[in-house]
Amino acid sequence: MDFAEKLSLANTRAKGKRPQYLQDKQTEQVMAITMALAMELHSTKERLASLECLLADKGIISRDELDNFQPSATETAKRSLDTQEYLNRILLVLDQEKQAMTSNDKSVAEVLEELKD
Amino acid sequence: MAKSLPSWSALDKHELFPQVKSDDVSRLNFLTHLNMHLSGNVLPGVKTAYETQVLPEFKQQHGREPQDRHEVREAMDDNSYLQMWSALRRNTMEMRHQLGRSIVLKDSDIVTTKVKNLLSAGDNIVLDDNCTLPYNVSAVDVHCQPGCYYTEYFEDDVTVANSYDIGIFVTTAGLLGGLSDGGGQGLGNWLAKQHPDFKPKRILDIGCTIGHNAVPLAQAFPDAEVIAIDVARPSLRYAAARAKALGVHNITFMQMDAEDMAEFADESFDLVTTAMFWHEACDRSMISILTGINRVLKTGGLTISLEQPQYTDKPVYEQFIRDWDTLNNNEPYWGRMHERDLAQWHSECGFDGSKLFETGVISKVDENIFGKADEGGEDFGRAPVWNAFGIWK
Ligand SMILES: C[S@@+](CC[C@H](N)C(=O)[O-])C[C@H]1O[C@@H](n2cnc3c(N)ncnc32)[C@H](O)[C@@H]1O
Repeated sequence: MDFAEKLSLANTRAKGKRPQYLQDKQTEQVMAITMALAMELHSTKERLASLECLLADKGIISRDELDNFQPSATETAKRSLDTQEYLNRILLVLDQEKQAMTSNDKSVAEVLEELKD
Repeated sequence: MAKSLPSWSALDKHELFPQVKSDDVSRLNFLTHLNMHLSGNVLPGVKTAYETQVLPEFKQQHGREPQDRHEVREAMDDNSYLQMWSALRRNTMEMRHQLGRSIVLKDSDIVTTKVKNLLSAGDNIVLDDNCTLPYNVSAVDVHCQPGCYYTEYFEDDVTVANSYDIGIFVTTAGLLGGLSDGGGQGLGNWLAKQHPDFKPKRILDIGCTIGHNAVPLAQAFPDAEVIAIDVARPSLRYAAARAKALGVHNITFMQMDAEDMAEFADESFDLVTTAMFWHEACDRSMISILTGINRVLKTGGLTISLEQPQYTDKPVYEQFIRDWDTLNNNEPYWGRMHERDLAQWHSECGFDGSKLFETGVISKVDENIFGKADEGGEDFGRAPVWNAFGIWK
């Protein structure tokens, strides 16, 4: 399976019409994007904390070197893939909305009616 | 959130767990904390909004309190605080599934092969290509899990099962234990304590998914033959491989619609269990499956189900909150099941409903996850209790 395929499978939406909670749709989408960013920021903070611990423990790298770091070609390519995955994740809500536009789901309330005798 | 929550890393990582890098562990822990924050810090605000804004207005309009959860829902529907909590809770669920899928997809080639190898002997699984999905399973993807329990997106795909396995921690924050099997363990403990002489030889678990709660039963009764059925092929394949990986050999996973258990002889099981199963059924299957259970259960045998508590006698606001999943978490049958009269339902299916009992089963606190109990060794308040109902035939 190639990378693009994995990205699209990761963002598969659940079958069933999604309720809307906030007054307008864009606000709700912005909220979803914000929460995804909050998670990303959280993991970045933890990674930085780990890095700082390791650097301090080993006394290897100075702050200056970090500020002036030039990634290699391989590293640059890897970062591009990381960035694509990053955007794939934080813009999930728009991806799934796009999927929803071409689906024809019933509401869960309608299904409940059908599940009755 | 005064106490620190356990890290996802504390889970027992059996052979089928994908490799999870530190960034993804961070994300899993973030979502776990977010869920706990939403239930511990934000949800109480919804109650406040109800008590201070919605209820007084309702009373003024109607001269009485809401009579049922439906009236509460209608009154709360356009409350802004409820909307934000709901939107966040829904979104967190969606983030969990996206994260779980993205993690397991990275290692899906490896895990697919491992499952194949573990199943190569073919001695603990029986698949049936003719088994079709009942509508209550296929209508929507339950609890917003993309692909539900049954979709295979490529050949021998088990990503739905693998993602479910690694992601359930995010909604329970470790309470289910290192192998997410607290309910089944609790059931084993309860039987050992309350009915030490009951030694079932044949056990049937219905709607087993990936065997989270069937496996601990097989471990509690190592001399018994356990059969676990489900309609979902990838979940069953994953379950069978997982059981092997955990060294549990007295359990067979079968692809079978529980509405048609003709393959099993009358009175051929001593114990029939379900775990978190009935709320995903429908009116028809609740009758046909329990009638089937009554048929395959031996006289003197026990059927017991782990399930969220019924709404009966709960205040209408609590019923309304408990019922959130029905319309918001793709669990269409959740509320209808939880308002059912359990005793009457058992009677309709051939049991003596007056003998129905409800109880709480208790699993041990997993010390790998939560650390040792405080001085004195009392797990008071920490040990998770799982609601159950059952009946002896
Ligand atoms: C919430 S899951 C149960 C969780 C599981 N018992 C555990 O211990 O983790 C419900 C399961 O029931 C299965 N199911 C629903 N209707 C069924 C039926 N008629 N026959 C067999 N399995 C069914 C679904 O495929 C799904 O895997």
